[in-house]
Amino acid sequence: MAIKTMFVDPSRCIGCRSCEAACRECESHKGESMVMVDFIDRELSVATQPTICMHCEDPLAPCAQVCPALAILVTDEGVVQMAEPSRCIGCQNCVYACPFGVPKFDAKARLMKKCNLCYDRTSQDLTPWCAQVCPTQALWYGTYEEFMHQRQGKPVNITNFGPQEVKTRVYWVLPDESEPLNIADLLDQVTSKEKQTGEEPWVL
Amino acid sequence: MSVNKDVFQQRNTNTDFQSHGLKDWDAHSRTPETLIPTHCSFCGVQCGMYLKVRQGQVIGVEPRNYAHNRGSLCPKGVVAYQQANHPDRLRYPLIRRGGKGSPLERATWDEALDYIVSRWQDLQGQYGKDAIAIYSGSSMTNEKCYAMGKFARAVLGTRHVDYNGRLCMSSAAVAYAKAFGIDRSPIPMTDIPNADCLVAVGVNMSECFPVMMQWVWRARDRGASLIVLDPRETPLARTADLWLPVRSGTDMVVLNTMLNLLIQDGMIDEEYIRERTVGWEQVRETVAKYTPEEAQRISGVPAERIITAARMYGRAATSLIMHARGIEHSSHGVNTCLACTNLALARGQVGKLGGGTMMVTGQGNGQGGREMGQKANQLPGYRHIDVDEDRRFIAQVWGIPVEEMPWEGAAATEMIHLMAKGDIKSCMIACSNLMVSLPDNQTVRRALQQLDPLIVVDFFMSETAELADVVLPAAVWCEDEGTTTNLEGRVVKINKAVEPLGESKADWEILVELAKRMGKERIFSYRSARDIWNDLRKATKGGAADYSGMSWEKIDEEQGMFWPCPDEGHPGTPRLFTERFGHPDGKARFIAVEYQPPAEEPGEDFPFRLTTGRVVYHYLSGNQTRRLGFLNAQAPEPWVEIHPQAAAKPGIQNHDRVRITSPRGSMELQALVVPTIRPDTLFVPYHYGHAEAINQLTNPAVDPTVKIPEYKACAARIERIDAPEKEGGTGYTVNYNPENMPAMFPYAVGETGNKKIKE
Repeated sequence: MAIKTMFVDPSRCIGCRSCEAACRECESHKGESMVMVDFIDRELSVATQPTICMHCEDPLAPCAQVCPALAILVTDEGVVQMAEPSRCIGCQNCVYACPFGVPKFDAKARLMKKCNLCYDRTSQDLTPWCAQVCPTQALWYGTYEEFMHQRQGKPVNITNFGPQEVKTRVYWVLPDESEPLNIADLLDQVTSKEKQTGEEPWVL
Repeated sequence: MSVNKDVFQQRNTNTDFQSHGLKDWDAHSRTPETLIPTHCSFCGVQCGMYLKVRQGQVIGVEPRNYAHNRGSLCPKGVVAYQQANHPDRLRYPLIRRGGKGSPLERATWDEALDYIVSRWQDLQGQYGKDAIAIYSGSSMTNEKCYAMGKFARAVLGTRHVDYNGRLCMSSAAVAYAKAFGIDRSPIPMTDIPNADCLVAVGVNMSECFPVMMQWVWRARDRGASLIVLDPRETPLARTADLWLPVRSGTDMVVLNTMLNLLIQDGMIDEEYIRERTVGWEQVRETVAKYTPEEAQRISGVPAERIITAARMYGRAATSLIMHARGIEHSSHGVNTCLACTNLALARGQVGKLGGGTMMVTGQGNGQGGREMGQKANQLPGYRHIDVDEDRRFIAQVWGIPVEEMPWEGAAATEMIHLMAKGDIKSCMIACSNLMVSLPDNQTVRRALQQLDPLIVVDFFMSETAELADVVLPAAVWCEDEGTTTNLEGRVVKINKAVEPLGESKADWEILVELAKRMGKERIFSYRSARDIWNDLRKATKGGAADYSGMSWEKIDEEQGMFWPCPDEGHPGTPRLFTERFGHPDGKARFIAVEYQPPAEEPGEDFPFRLTTGRVVYHYLSGNQTRRLGFLNAQAPEPWVEIHPQAAAKPGIQNHDRVRITSPRGSMELQALVVPTIRPDTLFVPYHYGHAEAINQLTNPAVDPTVKIPEYKACAARIERIDAPEKEGGTGYTVNYNPENMPAMFPYAVGETGNKKIKE
């Protein structure tokens, strides 16, 4: 059966932070957003991008793997939950381990918090808050097949960090013509350009 | 399911539980909140939403899958519910007992209303009925808008009633009435995906109407191209196929040039022009002199881009032009909108599925607000106040002799002049915040201070309410019911979720109380919003905007109904002009329009073109959104956007405090140095009050026909805060002034005095 998941298309993001406003409405973390919307570089462009938990599938949830207290649980459906408050010891291993920089450490609560794909909603076949409200469907929830039928762009769920490949439950949507993302390669390109020209590179 | 003992004991209402029966109790334990279906309080999209209500309090929001928003909400919509129990809400009437300068003190409703009525009766007795004015708004339900117009004309008998839609899209309204014969967006936004080419002219849709973006993207997923005319690279322009960075106020040159190029390339629909329009020859002759090179010189858009845009637009089988305040807020706003309609008519698009033009009206009830007879020259249902038949019809519905029906009064912007001059002695302002929304607000302040009493009806203490002699607390949108008409012409139902907070009352209840005290109970005695709705249906029957066949129940069933809906079996009219236009001969009008510059243009001392607009987190004057934590945290103060090339000369860095000065004043704010704006343009958002209000600087010039102010272009300079402050300066270009164009300057000249008024 096709599984429903999130598709993140930064090209459509208008930076309205509707997702943040909606995420804050959740009873489990009222007033605090687990989605982050950032300007890529406001001094160059109005481009913005939302970041949500990518729910890594393979390797399964690096954050959970490094947790010494087994506080980060993964559901049968492969949804990586936020830290269980009764178990989290506040060591922040997960914060360092996450390749996408998603988990946030709440120092006051001594608890790691992150997106758990609105488990309360999705388990009842409702759309997560952020994708539900997103006016441009930059955040979109549904199956891969539905996406391919309705939308343009190439969904990818594999991100390379040098030799390490991470397969995620959540998809990025890239322009049709683009290559798979290799963040280590991009960083290499930047540093070699920096060495050649001595200039500060302004963008990846 | 098992009954939770703890909950059971806490409630300690065993009998209640028993009386409700087991099934009901079960339902409550699963969903302790009630969901009230309603719509957002903010912009013209009017997104469907549910309000979560528990124990008489609005506690949250849930998405609602409604026809035009499909469950989406923008950040304003998500937090709109927080207005209901907001600590800043006005809970009781306030009055200045010691006259001007004394503090606002708590009063009872009786004291406040008796005071107002006795003053009004004195003033009207001494100076005539027109000494009182009503300045209304468009962000409230049709029922309230209708009640405002009727109250002013039938109860007060004044001819001075107008509303803030004057500042919003009145130029587009007149343009559509001229070109098509009916002022309404011809298609619903759900038709947008049928277009192959979308042209967004002066509409920052991504920030002002975010939820509309999903329809644009649906079109683009199908392969539609997008062309954007905007002086800034907005999030909509960022991913557009073609961005034409046009100088603010010069869009018409580009549009006329595109039409000329279409003619040269033979991309005109000759058959459509022959069959369905009149006036083409004159337009053809007029646009013939508009060349891409000349357009580049005036508008700053590279000629190649204009040519590309014309070809993209001309080759698309179905094309849609969307336009909003970017072209409407102009001293030639009507004409620029007509340039859009000319373009669409020449391509034979109007009346086609997904094609034509679409005005993107701004306010929550921006469409309905102008149909309900609170406009200076209109009666309910788009009836005209100077047509005998219309006057007689409405007088009969209202139960007043037709001789008592007032004639056309002053437009909102002209009222300021009449207040300053002393012709208007007292004004009741509802649903408007003039001190933030009107241009050159120092003049507005002086005018408002002349009034005694100035009455403001609002639910938060707005910048205008601070000047008032009497402040009356109104209910927010979720504390009353009624209908609104969104930017598509779709009538939707707003439901009541909770009781009004404190002593606050719905605007129409306040009017009913006033009418009673004025002895006009016979003609103005509504007991519910539904009473007004029924009255309104009668009053619009047979008009252009005919609501008579709609019912609240049917609106809910059909997920909104479109006017005209002349009888109860009628399904409503989502698409206009499919067979005929609104003019008596059924044909659309081409209207030849020539480019005119803005009233004021940059020069030596004021080298920049200052333009204003909205940000996604705020709505209109910000009186509501500046009080909602999440929204205000994103944009707590205004800023000025300036291009790095322009910022280099005065040495302005990002986040520097800077001073901007126009011929009318200066203000300090933060600089945002970004390449997403034309180097000759400054942009400042307008949602802020007091020293942060950009309308201290804007030009009060208006379009001579509809009196919409020119917010989008005036001359300005920018300097670092530590630069020595220069005095005034005359180095700017004045294209029009009160001497050569009096109708453009309502604050200064009082053109209303010259207007022919039928007595």
